[in-house]
Amino acid sequence: MSEDGPPVLSVRHAQKRFGAVHALKDVSLEARRGEVLALLGDNGAGKSTLVKCIAGVHALDGGEIWLDGERVSLRSPAAARRAGVETVYQDLALFDNLTPAQNFYCGRELAFPVWAPRGLRFLSRRAMDREAQAVLERLRVNLPKLDAPVAMMSGGQRQAIAVARATMFARKVVILDEPTAALGLRESRKVLDLITQLRAEGNAVVLITHNMEHVVELADRAVVLRQGRNVGELRPSRNNQRDLVAMIVGAEA
Amino acid sequence: MPGAAARRSETSAPERGRSETSAIAVSLRLLAIGPALILVLLAAAMSLVAPNFLTPGNISNILAQTAVIAIVAIGQQLVILTRGVDLSVGANLALASVVGGLVFRVVDSAPAVIAAMLAAGSTVGAINGVAYVFGRLPHPFIITLATLSVCRGLALELAADHTTMRGMPAVVTLIGGDSTFGVPNSFFVVVAVAGLAFVLSKTMVWGRWMFAVGGNPEAAREMGIPVKGVLASTYVISGFLAGLGGVLLAGRTAATSPLYGNLLELDTIAAVIIGGASFLGGRGHLGHALVGAVMIGVIRNALNLLSVNVFFQMIAIGLIIVVAVEADVLRDRLEARARTLQAAKSP
Repeated sequence: MSEDGPPVLSVRHAQKRFGAVHALKDVSLEARRGEVLALLGDNGAGKSTLVKCIAGVHALDGGEIWLDGERVSLRSPAAARRAGVETVYQDLALFDNLTPAQNFYCGRELAFPVWAPRGLRFLSRRAMDREAQAVLERLRVNLPKLDAPVAMMSGGQRQAIAVARATMFARKVVILDEPTAALGLRESRKVLDLITQLRAEGNAVVLITHNMEHVVELADRAVVLRQGRNVGELRPSRNNQRDLVAMIVGAEA
Repeated sequence: MPGAAARRSETSAPERGRSETSAIAVSLRLLAIGPALILVLLAAAMSLVAPNFLTPGNISNILAQTAVIAIVAIGQQLVILTRGVDLSVGANLALASVVGGLVFRVVDSAPAVIAAMLAAGSTVGAINGVAYVFGRLPHPFIITLATLSVCRGLALELAADHTTMRGMPAVVTLIGGDSTFGVPNSFFVVVAVAGLAFVLSKTMVWGRWMFAVGGNPEAAREMGIPVKGVLASTYVISGFLAGLGGVLLAGRTAATSPLYGNLLELDTIAAVIIGGASFLGGRGHLGHALVGAVMIGVIRNALNLLSVNVFFQMIAIGLIIVVAVEADVLRDRLEARARTLQAAKSP
């Protein structure tokens, strides 16, 4: 957990308005390789807005986003992915009708010949299946059948597939939006293990969650937003868990 | 993996879950091959009831009659795969054939006539696609309904004396009307088109994108797939194949008519749905369109041989559509149930 290196993700003085709503008011945060950064806040605090700006869904009204020391403008989710930012939303953005391997590569298929326009290339099916299987093995994700559409898989398996897809392509930052919200205990555990592994592989992991247990267990740092502002940052531990909650809801500790 | 689960848990509840899982797996497999199975049973039953059903002449007849529906249904299947529908195919086919007929009056050239029909069909398809995608219409139903009306009207207006125009170049009648070794040439056209469509949809990136757009349009956009281009292309292909259907029909009849392809949109949609594709998006393959088209052909032919009147044919096909759609819903539910069982079973 190298927390002293330069930040791979740096958001500086982010501003975002939706009409009359001032969703982000001068928010700044940094994330380093090999750390899990918990992004905390009550509903409407601006977490999702901030994350969507980093993922290229929304454009910032003011402020800057830097990746690996370079200022970037992420105009679309595809652009953010190309820049090395992978996001796992709550809806997972999986294709129910496709297999796990097909899901992994959807939109960035391995195909040949390279001189042909992308849409007219032929799929390298075996290479994609092989790579997908390797990633699933590396992450120790067990799926009943690799050639079945993900529609047939459980919530935890689907979550694992979405996280594995992010792992496969993430080069800098992985954002996870409430990855355990819809899962049971055992399935949550599997996802938490995956997050640990993402961190070990040198990604900056930005984790949004309401589960304080998970924050204390996993997060190296926590940034708290309230009503669109940074209101605090600390290293979560058993001892300051109550301070964290107080920060989130805005009560005196 | 299932083995590991079994070793871990010796209680009876998961065992029951497991047997239910396999029951669901069997049911889903049956639903998958159901249409083809029904087609085989139907053919077997017919060969018992009507002795002249299983004769080379009659089979060849069915293939020839099915060719147009099959070709156009392949296009319809790609459109339905992306959660759309193309209501204009029948009228488009008529307009394309009339355009070809008009060209034939100027020059007796098969390439010119065929090119004119294909170009007319593709143009209408392109209009459908572009209007749907860039007009931000909520559903392609509206625009293809509009072009259905426009094409039929235009075909009637353009056709000489507003009616059937006799005559086609020899090569066109050869393709649409003749046969080789007792097999209709139009059948070979179906095989060729099905082959190309298979290559596109199963082995090429563009085809994968069609499945992705059909499965989850929102996610497809997020993953950087050119959703608008993919959607529009399916209507161009559908229009092109309607034009090709026009070539076959004009060839078989050695004539063109503004009344061709009446209700073909319903036949092709029926073929795709009867064959087992899903209206829920992203599910289906060419086999569905082909099996469905042949099934419609067999049902029509069979009821003809049994001299059942034509109104009952329509009723029969309608009832089969209801069954097919129910099967689609049932499949969706079984999959949801399978998911729940999965969740209970494994971490």
